[in-house]
This record gives sequence, C-alpha cells and structure tokens, in this order.
Amino acid sequence: MRKDYSSWSLFTKGLRHNEGWDPAWRSAEPKPSYDVVIVGAGGHGLATAYYLAKDHGVRNIAVIEKGYLGGGNTARNTTIVRSNYLWDEAALLYEHALKLWEGLTEDLNFNVMFSQRGVFNLGHTLQDMRDIERRVNANNLNGIDALVLDAAEVKSRIPILNTAKTARFPVLGASFQPRGGIARHDAVAWGFARAASKYGVDIIENCEVTGMDIANGRIVGLETTRGTIKSERVGCVASGHSSVLAKMAGIRMPIESHPLQAFVSESMKPVLDTVVMSNAVHGYASQSDKGELVIGAGIDHYTSYTQRGSPHIIEHTAAAIIELFPMFSRVRMNRQWGGIVDTTPDACPIISKTKVKGLYFNCGWGTGGFKATPGSGNVFAYTIAKDEAHPLNRAFDLARFSTGHLIDEHGAAGVAH
Amino acid sequence: MFVLFCPHCGEKREEEEFGYGGEAFIPRPSKPETLDDDAWGDYLFMRKNPKGWHWEMWSHNTGCRKFFVVKRNTATNAIAGSWTLSDGRKAYDAEGGAT
Repeated sequence: MRKDYSSWSLFTKGLRHNEGWDPAWRSAEPKPSYDVVIVGAGGHGLATAYYLAKDHGVRNIAVIEKGYLGGGNTARNTTIVRSNYLWDEAALLYEHALKLWEGLTEDLNFNVMFSQRGVFNLGHTLQDMRDIERRVNANNLNGIDALVLDAAEVKSRIPILNTAKTARFPVLGASFQPRGGIARHDAVAWGFARAASKYGVDIIENCEVTGMDIANGRIVGLETTRGTIKSERVGCVASGHSSVLAKMAGIRMPIESHPLQAFVSESMKPVLDTVVMSNAVHGYASQSDKGELVIGAGIDHYTSYTQRGSPHIIEHTAAAIIELFPMFSRVRMNRQWGGIVDTTPDACPIISKTKVKGLYFNCGWGTGGFKATPGSGNVFAYTIAKDEAHPLNRAFDLARFSTGHLIDEHGAAGVAH
Repeated sequence: MFVLFCPHCGEKREEEEFGYGGEAFIPRPSKPETLDDDAWGDYLFMRKNPKGWHWEMWSHNTGCRKFFVVKRNTATNAIAGSWTLSDGRKAYDAEGGAT
C-alpha cells in the first residue's frame, strides 16, 4: 500500500533531495481474467476504473492501454474546465464533473492543480450576445454560475484583450463562468492511476486490443498484443480510436475522427490570469502556471488519424489569437500537436451500452472531453457496474441516433465540429 | 498539407482549394417509408470512419465547384487516386465496396 502524500512527506523527502519516493502506481502484468476490463488508460478510462473500485466495490479490474498511461489525448489537450452548456442534459453532466473537480485533489490525495480562474466566452456580434444571454440564463436555471458582461467589464478583467471598436471582430461582451478554469492534465491521469492502483486496479501499458471475443451476443474476452484477457464486462474509452474498436465488435458508430491541434508558447511573465474563448474568431487561450500560453482552435475538416493535422490550421489559429491579443504577435511557439478527437453529429458524447451484452462505450467527446474527466468516469463506472445508465448519462445513449433525441451542443462546444 | 487532383479541371491543387464532403457512396434508401428508425438512423448518422483507406467525396470549392471521389489513407494521408463520381463508383465496386 502506497503512503499518502502530506506536507510532512513533502518536507522530509525534500530534505533528502527528493530521493526515495515510491512509484505512484504499480506496473502490472495481465492476468488471465478480470471482472471488468477498461480499454484506454487516459483520464476518462482511469477515472472509470477508480470509481468502479471506490463507489461500486469492484476490485478485479484491468485498465489496458496500447501506448503509455496518459499519453493520448490526456497529454494533448488545452486543459480547460467549465460547465456552461446550453441544454439541461449536457449542463447537468458537465456540472456533475465540475463538482467532482472541486474536490478532486483531496479525493485522490494528488495535486491536480485545479485552478478556478474563470472562463470567458466572447461575443462579437449582436447575435453572439443574444446566444450568450440565452445560454447564461439557461445555466442559471440549472444552478450553474454564469454572468453576462459588457465590453468594458471584459476589458477591466482582461486588460490585454483588444476591445477596440475598430477591430475586425469587435468584442461586444462575454459570458463568464467564475468556477471554470484549468487543471494539470498529466496530474489528472497520474492521480487517478495512483488512486486506482491503491484499490488493486491493474494498469497494463503497451497492450493493444487486436480483437474481441463475442459469443452469443455477449463479450467474453479481448485479444491483445499481450495475449487473451477474459472478461464479461468491457468498457471502451479510447477517444479517437473508438470506431476502430467498435468495428472489432461489429458495431457501427455515429463518429468521425479528426485531428485537433494545439500550441504551447515559450514561458513568459503572467499576462493572462483567466481563460478566453471565442467562437467567432475561433480560438482560445490560457496561460499555464509555468507561464506558457496554451492555445487551441478548430479541428481539421476531414477525417484523419494522422495525429499532426494540417499546416493551414496553424495559420488560422495564429490569426484568431492575434485578433484577440495583438501583443502576442511576437510570441514564439515551443510546440504543437494534433490529438485525434471523435466527433458526433450533435457535439455530445456517447456513454452507452451496446447491442453486444457486457460491452460499453464512452466516446464521442469531440473537442471537449478533458473538462468532463471525473464526471465521465463516475457515470460510466455506474453504467458498467449496474448494467444500466446513470440518470445523468441516460440521454447520451446510442439510441438517440435512431430516436432522434439529439442534444445539439454545437454552440456551447467552444470549437466548431 | 496534401495535393488533390481534380478530375474535372485536370489539375493538381493544394487541399485548401477543396472542401471535404464526407464518406462516399452511402446509398440513399430507395423506399424511405419502409425503413425502421434504426435503419434510417444508420443512413443519417453511422459512418465507417476507418483508420486506413477511405473512399470520400471532395468538392473543388475555389475551382469548378464540382464533387469528385478520392481514395485516401486516413492514417497517413497517402492518396491512391481521384475519380469523377461515376468512374469512382466503378473503382469502388471493383474493390467490393471495401474501405
């Protein structure tokens, strides 16, 4: 059993030049069978395993990962957390996640560096402002904190923002969610891994699923690059590669995979103490605790698994950020990456049972999955443990693509897709 | 960045000239009134989304504005060829409609 972190352990290990820390989680070899196997050791998959163990008493769990832990989209996102979605179904799901974020560092005994620095969504036209007012009112009716600010108020909160009336896309105002913010994406994966490992969850890296064993309409095991693993309950949380997994089970998905690029600048002194997003110029930025600007924009328009994206998207992103913050025009970018996001027709996730008994999918988070990490794992664990939807993910069933009960969140998704 | 060949204009141009039109050759149901909700939902929303070779439509937005068919590998962006819709259909069928 690993010891809890405490100020005393930090102090004493600090005196010894930080030598002698235990590994944060156990590296495990695959056992022949498990009660539940989670495919994908990203934030959502690890959170699912953690809540399965903690809330539902399932102990014999494996999380298998084709690469390394937290090396997929968890390591390639822009770390923004918010819950200001328009429709009740989405707003309640993301608010559930935000409430878990607020206690996550204590719950996991791991500092996920959750910083509630607020999130602004800018409006540049009268229609933008009407949409913002509608969404803020909807948020308030759902008990979610949100405000409408005018241009002068936005300028007073973000002095470096260009609010000139002569701008090509002048800032008319913004919605503001004070409880939104950012978290340290790697720490989220590591914290969930450590906490799950404490409950005995096996975390198996470099283990790619190559096939699914299905008998009489029920999943009985997985073929992997490290042998056959038997399990009658499998949860797939593989982000951009969900279609690849679904195909192994003979299931069609309403998903298209696209690269989503992001950028991190050189470190600089603090200039931006909040998160700024704009749907109209189509970019968003925040500043990390290290001083880097973390910048993102839209997806590549065609489907692709290339994990790099197209160069002209870089130009588009830079143009959007310089429109908002002209002073960033001389900032150098240190790195760029493209993560593969699985987009759905209604910009909402799929958390669902499938026609194969015992096989569950949690996917389709598109461009905004990071913010949902603890909530997604929490409700998915419930769905797997009880073989039925949690009240908060009932609306996110695959069935909505035949009943027509879509949840159109393109406006609140933040990035067009 | 990749370069696409427009079979209508007979020219190779940069991808930014083109618009992506999604998966090619999704058969429109001939008798929609006989479909159940699952089959109709499948037609509207379900996609192959393969990691590998993909038959897809593109339109030459800043050129002739016509649609054509491309076979592209989604894992590498390698392009096997472009065809007009009717020629592409023949090549697609010759492969057995596989992606």
